[in-house]
Amino acid sequence: MTPPTETEAPLMRLRGVGRSYDKGTRVFTALRGVDLDIRPGEFVCLLGPSGCGKSTLLRILAGLDIATEGSVLRHGEPLRGVNPGTMIVFQTFALFPWLSVSENVELALKARGVPADGRAARAGKLIDSVGLDGFESAYPRELSGGMRQKVGFARAMAMEPELLCLDEPFSALDVLSAEGLRGELMELWLAKSLPTKAVLMVTHNIEEAVAMADRIIVMARDPGRVIAEIPVRLAHPRRPKSAEFQELADEVYGAITGRLAEPAALVPVFTLPQLRTNAVAGLLEKLAGEGGIAELHRIGAELHLELDDLLPIIESAELLGFISVIDADLHLTPLGRNYADADILGRKEVLAARILRLPIFARVLMGLRGKPERRAGLEELASWLEPDIARDDAAMIDNIINWGRSAEIFDYDDDAEEIYLENA
Amino acid sequence: MSESRPSLFATPHMPYGLSRADIVVLCLLGGALLGLSGLSWNAPETHAGPELATGAYALPGYALKSVLRMSGAYALSLLFSIYYARAAAKSARASRFLLPVLDVLQSVPILSFLPVVVLSCSVFMSEGVAAEVAAVVLIFTSQAWNMTFSYHQSLGTQPRELREAVRVMRLDGWSRFKTLELPHAAIGLIWNSVMSWSAGWYFLMAAESFKVGRRDFRLPGLGSYLAKAVEESDTHAVLMGLGALVCIIVCMDQFIWRPLLAWSDKFRHGGESGAAPSSWFLDLLGDSTLVQRVNERVLSPLGEWFDARARRVAPAREESRPALVTRLPGWLIPALASLAAMAAVGFSLRAFVALEARDWANLGVGLVFTTGRVLLTVLIALLWTVPFGVFIGSRPRLAGAVQPVTQVVASIPATAIFPLFMVALLNFPGGLNIAAVILMLMATQWYLLFNIIAGVSAVPQELRQTSAMLGLGWFDRWRVLHLPSVFPYVVTGAVTACGGAWNASIISERVEVGGRVYSSPGLGSLIAEATASGQNRLLFTATLLLSLTVVLINRFIWGRLSRLAAERYRME
Repeated sequence: MTPPTETEAPLMRLRGVGRSYDKGTRVFTALRGVDLDIRPGEFVCLLGPSGCGKSTLLRILAGLDIATEGSVLRHGEPLRGVNPGTMIVFQTFALFPWLSVSENVELALKARGVPADGRAARAGKLIDSVGLDGFESAYPRELSGGMRQKVGFARAMAMEPELLCLDEPFSALDVLSAEGLRGELMELWLAKSLPTKAVLMVTHNIEEAVAMADRIIVMARDPGRVIAEIPVRLAHPRRPKSAEFQELADEVYGAITGRLAEPAALVPVFTLPQLRTNAVAGLLEKLAGEGGIAELHRIGAELHLELDDLLPIIESAELLGFISVIDADLHLTPLGRNYADADILGRKEVLAARILRLPIFARVLMGLRGKPERRAGLEELASWLEPDIARDDAAMIDNIINWGRSAEIFDYDDDAEEIYLENA
Repeated sequence: MSESRPSLFATPHMPYGLSRADIVVLCLLGGALLGLSGLSWNAPETHAGPELATGAYALPGYALKSVLRMSGAYALSLLFSIYYARAAAKSARASRFLLPVLDVLQSVPILSFLPVVVLSCSVFMSEGVAAEVAAVVLIFTSQAWNMTFSYHQSLGTQPRELREAVRVMRLDGWSRFKTLELPHAAIGLIWNSVMSWSAGWYFLMAAESFKVGRRDFRLPGLGSYLAKAVEESDTHAVLMGLGALVCIIVCMDQFIWRPLLAWSDKFRHGGESGAAPSSWFLDLLGDSTLVQRVNERVLSPLGEWFDARARRVAPAREESRPALVTRLPGWLIPALASLAAMAAVGFSLRAFVALEARDWANLGVGLVFTTGRVLLTVLIALLWTVPFGVFIGSRPRLAGAVQPVTQVVASIPATAIFPLFMVALLNFPGGLNIAAVILMLMATQWYLLFNIIAGVSAVPQELRQTSAMLGLGWFDRWRVLHLPSVFPYVVTGAVTACGGAWNASIISERVEVGGRVYSSPGLGSLIAEATASGQNRLLFTATLLLSLTVVLINRFIWGRLSRLAAERYRME
């Protein structure tokens, strides 16, 4: 599992770690069976679509969340409470809006017990090191997103953690600021001037992971688990245009979508991704323009879609039979080509016909037709779909209603919160 | 209270229907009331009140005493809100019990509890002290609930990442409170403090000029000064008293609340605030080098010293001690509550049996009359505040000019102005029957007006422009734009107004002017009469009936409307 060059004892060692939540009658599993070692000197990325438990895993390592299964060891000792050797850089910065830049950094120094007289000077030095000198007395709201995240980094450095946890630190930033900040972080890390022994970064951006990590942990959802571990041995600075880089990015893409390609693990019939008909149509048109086949990795980059946005679209299109995913390539099916070529009404017809064939809607239709008034509340709808869909899974119920409405299989009365057959 | 500008009189918590916890709470309340009224049997027969002066020289002293009473009650409320809200936020189990308690307490008309509280206090302590304690307790009960709700709500809305940040930085309890909890709650807490002070003045006036039969529990203060001035028909003194009151209210607004509100704007999360409140006094303080020196040389080191001590006394602990309520065995609270409830029901039945048929008839008639008056009051208030509020609210510049004035006017407790109008109103055709409605109106219409103005100001400019471009007529504009957009605010305002009206019924249905008693049928006058003549059982039953009615109306009418408002007419 671990690269052979690493012989030092791990900072953190997870064995069989799982996290599940009791939701009344049902148990929701966020994470299952995770084994992971983090060693000094490593930059590790957790990569996966949303809902794969990567943030949960990060919080378990930081001691903010507890594992309900397995063991979490820090220097070989079971971790209890908040991990004293970590600090998190948060996605939305988590700066105190009522404290100035230097007060935010000083707070971390104070928490570590640095005496009052040395604090201001040290905070000033840290703020300098992230290139924010001159902004010490500014409040976070006066700063751009990129500058705020720099304060987040300065604060994390003030804690001098042995493991620095980055929770999608660049995803709330615009593309240029993210690029700049990534470069600066790597510069500090490679020059060993970050006061930390190892870095763990959560991301759903494949290029980001390939560009920065020594090791990529690929995760999947339902339940959240680790599906692949890919070491990255490219030398720094890494050039995204280079062939090795592209090859590795493809490999990672393949690992993520491998789940889609495996027939056995095909999207379970009773879960529906969020349907965005316009986005599906856009994807099919793009594919048709490319001659019916394209690499997933390139499509994502060209459409400027993050993994989290791209995956539901691909899942929808695949579920409808418009595309098939083979390795990391998208193939347009004849039906998909039909759809891409059709006009608005034609598309609607094809879509309705395909959606009607999904077993989930057969069940809903049967239920509705079984009722004299051809009408049912959400509770009842949920009861028809149990146990394949949990009664309290409101997001999934919303998805089903959205799909059904798009295909005009049934209509939805928002006031009464009921679905009904139109020509009842 | 949302992230944006908090509505001045928001009631954040308005459940629908009665829960089991509600019934237990109501029973407990009845029990407490009964216990207190039982105690009050033993209160001394007579008590001579203080000699009150009506000269101008007495005013500063009286005003100071009133302010001190209010400050004491406010400090108590603040501590209570923080402690109670934290206990309720700490565990789901605790909050299942603590929140309904709070909700019932805030809807019960507190004025009807005054006699019982004063009388039972006077059993334990000297009458003078009893009156002081009772006044502070009553003011406290008029101030604490909305602050507690606000604090509780802010505890629940702390951004998750900030909460994680203080944990992962391992800040100690005091630092967490100082850097996250209090700043996050600050804006809501300050707005609610302003409201609480208004409510406090209202009760202070009543509490200071309180008499039960031959027992005189008046306290030297502004309220009793005004009452005495009216009694002696000394117009000059009445005006001076009112002037002093307005002066205090304006000073507090300018020197305490405005600066606090302007200062607390920095605790707003992100986003630009449309119009940041400003305060000339705060700017003045900021420019003063003396203030800066004191801050640098005294306050900062003091804070540093305190932080260090707090860190040593209570170092960062991951698992904080659970609230007391959660450490008790699970069956204990329900068991105790049912025991108390059973006892309360038993005792109440005894009190009920002892009442004569005539009393019951009076109670029934009174309930109908008072309910009618309260509804009429709210209706009249709606009729003028909705058009007026929409008119003002859709003209931002006008709203900016009018609002500070109306806020001060609204802070003047109706209990203080009543005496002024009383004489004039009593000569109206219909006498007190009509006058009572007008008096109740004076106490309550402001809540509605403020809420409506706030609601109209919150309507997105685009919607207004769209209706202008669609060329909507007068009727359609009201139907499509104005009424739906102010509906949630009208509901919130009406709940508060209704609560105020129930309370006001007690002091407006039976009034004493120049030695003569005017009275009109109603629960309020029954309570006032029972108080004056010392009929404890009647007082107890009437108060319980009033509380029950208010809770039921809140739960079943306002609860349903506010749910509708939250679901259908919310601006997103």
